[in-house]
Amino acid sequence: MLLVNTETIPGREITEILGLVQGNTIRAKHLGRDIAAGFKNLVGGEIRGYTELLTEARREAVERMIAQAEQLGADAVVNVRFTTSAVAAGAAELYAYGTAVRLGPSAQGG
Amino acid sequence: MDAVLYLLVIAGLLVLGILAGGANERAHFRRLARAERELSHIRISNLKRVADPGGVRDARLVLGQVVIATDTFKTWATGLRNLVGGEMHLARRLMVRARREATVRMLREAEALGATEVWNVRYTFCSISMMRGRSGAMQVEILAFGTAVHRA
Repeated sequence: MLLVNTETIPGREITEILGLVQGNTIRAKHLGRDIAAGFKNLVGGEIRGYTELLTEARREAVERMIAQAEQLGADAVVNVRFTTSAVAAGAAELYAYGTAVRLGPSAQGG
Repeated sequence: MDAVLYLLVIAGLLVLGILAGGANERAHFRRLARAERELSHIRISNLKRVADPGGVRDARLVLGQVVIATDTFKTWATGLRNLVGGEMHLARRLMVRARREATVRMLREAEALGATEVWNVRYTFCSISMMRGRSGAMQVEILAFGTAVHRA
């Protein structure tokens, strides 16, 4: 599955627009990471535990979006966007969305 | 007696913040400058449309993300700034560090793909850790993403 956040895929032709696909995840932080973060809040610097949390959440949301696109028989998802929303105290949603499309044959044959 | 002890702990945390936080920030800016030099061969733009699409071999989404906190002293000093108004330089520097770090990570992903250009770069302020940090410390979370282009 090809993913891009541009409206077209350079060098490829979009033959059919299948519609919006989306994936989301809501993650809770956990205590161990919280304690490490509390320390980082004293001295400054990257909070690796939270960066990992963000990376996992992003991956999960993208995978769900790809699963939806596969169900539609898409070759690619274009114009991918990300957004977050606060759902409740201690919980936030990461949301990925894009447009599933079918592509014409590649000029390079691959 | 308890009050004195409490004040000493607060003062100790502030001094720790000044020393460790300042050193961390300077080291981070040096690392960023070095990484940006290493990655300067990748052109980056926030234009939606890829110029000259004919020669493109591969186009792929690349992302970079970071969660970064500032130290106790800067958090405290930023609180003081609320009393008198004006620009919050310390908070601004934290945002700059976060965006530059996320950009560098996105570019590293592009580099691993052999890409020479990244188009349609976007930044999102995330809040996946759902908090402002313990005791309201300044903490920012940035997701940078764009389309890496590999030309034949």
